Amino acid sequence: MEKFDAIVVGAGPAGATAAYLLAQAGMQVVVIERGATPGSKNVSGALLFSQIYNELFPNFWESAPVERAIVGHSIAFLGQETSVTLDYRDLDPTHTPHNAYSVLRACFDPWMAQQAEDAGAMLLPGYTVERLLVENGRVTGIHAGGDDLLADVVVVAEGTRSQLLKQAGLRDDFYAGDVSIGVKEVIALPEEIITNRFQCLTADEGVAYTCVGHTGGVEGGGFLYTNKETLSVGVVVKIDALYKSQRQPHEILDEFKSHPFINRLVHGGKVVEYSAQAIHRGGVHLIPQLYGDGYVVVGSAARLLLNNVMTLRGMDVAVASAAAAAKAILAAREKGDYSRASLAAYEQFFKQTDVYQDMVTFKETYALLENKRLFNVYPDLISGVMDDMFSVKARPGKKAYRALRDNMHDELTLWQMLKDMAQIGRGLVR
Amino acid sequence: MKIVACIKYSFDVSEVKVDPATKELRLTGVPQRVGVIDKNVLETAVTLKEATGATVHGLTLAPAGAREAFREAMAMGLDDLTIIDSADLAAAGPAVTAMILATAVQKLGDVTLVVCGEASDDGVSYQIPPRIAERLGWPLLGYARNITLTGETITADRDLDSGMQRVEGNLPLVLTVTQETNTPRRPTLMDALKAKKKPVAVWQVAADLGLTPEQLQARASVTRTAQEGIVIKRKQQMFQGEDMAALANQLLDALVVERVVTE
Repeated sequence: MEKFDAIVVGAGPAGATAAYLLAQAGMQVVVIERGATPGSKNVSGALLFSQIYNELFPNFWESAPVERAIVGHSIAFLGQETSVTLDYRDLDPTHTPHNAYSVLRACFDPWMAQQAEDAGAMLLPGYTVERLLVENGRVTGIHAGGDDLLADVVVVAEGTRSQLLKQAGLRDDFYAGDVSIGVKEVIALPEEIITNRFQCLTADEGVAYTCVGHTGGVEGGGFLYTNKETLSVGVVVKIDALYKSQRQPHEILDEFKSHPFINRLVHGGKVVEYSAQAIHRGGVHLIPQLYGDGYVVVGSAARLLLNNVMTLRGMDVAVASAAAAAKAILAAREKGDYSRASLAAYEQFFKQTDVYQDMVTFKETYALLENKRLFNVYPDLISGVMDDMFSVKARPGKKAYRALRDNMHDELTLWQMLKDMAQIGRGLVR
Repeated sequence: MKIVACIKYSFDVSEVKVDPATKELRLTGVPQRVGVIDKNVLETAVTLKEATGATVHGLTLAPAGAREAFREAMAMGLDDLTIIDSADLAAAGPAVTAMILATAVQKLGDVTLVVCGEASDDGVSYQIPPRIAERLGWPLLGYARNITLTGETITADRDLDSGMQRVEGNLPLVLTVTQETNTPRRPTLMDALKAKKKPVAVWQVAADLGLTPEQLQARASVTRTAQEGIVIKRKQQMFQGEDMAALANQLLDALVVERVVTE
């Protein structure tokens, strides 16, 4: 039977990164991907934060198929027919790498997989890994396409809906309440219209919006990113809350898109793609066991995501975890020991990464994302205050506090608001 | 014995859209892959290889950059693949394509059987296999099923509109198959692994086949044909009412008038 040094299951950012680093270090690596090409099965925003990619592939934006450099991040609170937006823009064009780049995964993932192949990894697309081979609690290989394939170590990088470890009895089921569902449309608009509409100087510049509110009262948020000739627009909502609301995911997206603020941004565009995907909610307390005898689990398969309201990070967390795992595997190779104890180094390495530190920093944000009022009370409240402050009306004007109290109506008590502020403070401020 | 399997990097026709205004086909952005019928070609060639110990060589006219698209074809059992780089041959007509392929078959040397699909997924000209046969001076055995090869003799059923025709022919010959000929195999993971190590050669039309642009130009006699989309307008007749039996009769009468059914 054929035996490799490492088998990587899944050719997404996590799998490709692990394969790239292991192959580069001279290991015999095979990557098995269920899509006909890497990225073909992928649903993602997709906003790629540069930091970690630049460490791995210096100046990647020059050769990788990125869409636009994200020079502006905005957070928008969407009230009924109102919006309050906070815009941040880094307008220094020489400031490379930019904080983030928008990508289309069907183009970007093949590029990443190509880096792994160029480093010597063997990519086998079009095959689904059906199960792990386990002997006495030790993962020894995989079964796919009617064949068994052995390896010293298996890197499980099969994304959100990873079932291999659960199926092999190596982890428990994940709790459904910790899962969100994302629905996304890709909307085509001429390149020039996007550049103008989003106040970009060139077709290489773009912006990203994070939106709070107007998601059908379901806990979650919306996003809108500019690609070259398309917009990626979507919502991510809690799956159990959505179930309770008895609404369909696409209805929530339609409602989000119908908000006048979003409608103005997508107006005239043509929907060219619709997709949906389960997304782990992410959070340091949700990180499962990351390693065992003969295996490591990386990226979304290990629920490694970071959501701090402002941004939802998946790809760079995936890459960081895969890089940490690869480092541990290479250390294990030195010792000739791929046991659980040896691969435990992966967790140590991962905990030293900036990404993990960020996950710890924003650990209180998870509770905030459970707070319904953030999504269905505050956007209107903020809008109401703004309205009172800006508008000239046939009645005496108000200072901010009066405007706030008046706009709280019966939906919110002062005490509740103070508690929420404390929660927001814990989550995002200090 | 050498078998050549001619396969094509084709448009995925299910993704082709028609421009509503001009009725022209929109081909930009349509994904390309090895055609559906080419799987039947490969299955036929590989089955014969397994039965006789022959070698099977893939032959295609495709952009050199498309080699990754042939992974599965290689995994299905080709021994090697020759890609004739089509980069400089924008939309070569059937005569040019057949000339190139036949020349390549001769260059491969000692080939005694060429297997083709009856027609490609996208071009559907049906011309390539007979033109290759003509150029090579070999007989053509078209629309074959139940193919057996004994020594130098091939026996097959020809799947014709009017029925089946059992024929026998001597090698060398050109064989065409249909999508009904067989059920293509699904290569295993091991097949895919082995395919990675199989050689792929890229030939240039001029440098490797010795065909000059003038020679090819001479074959490309038809340069452009009119291309018109057909618009079928529906009659959109509606029958409304409560009485189902009466409605059914009205429908039947309308169908008789349209000669969809006869009395």
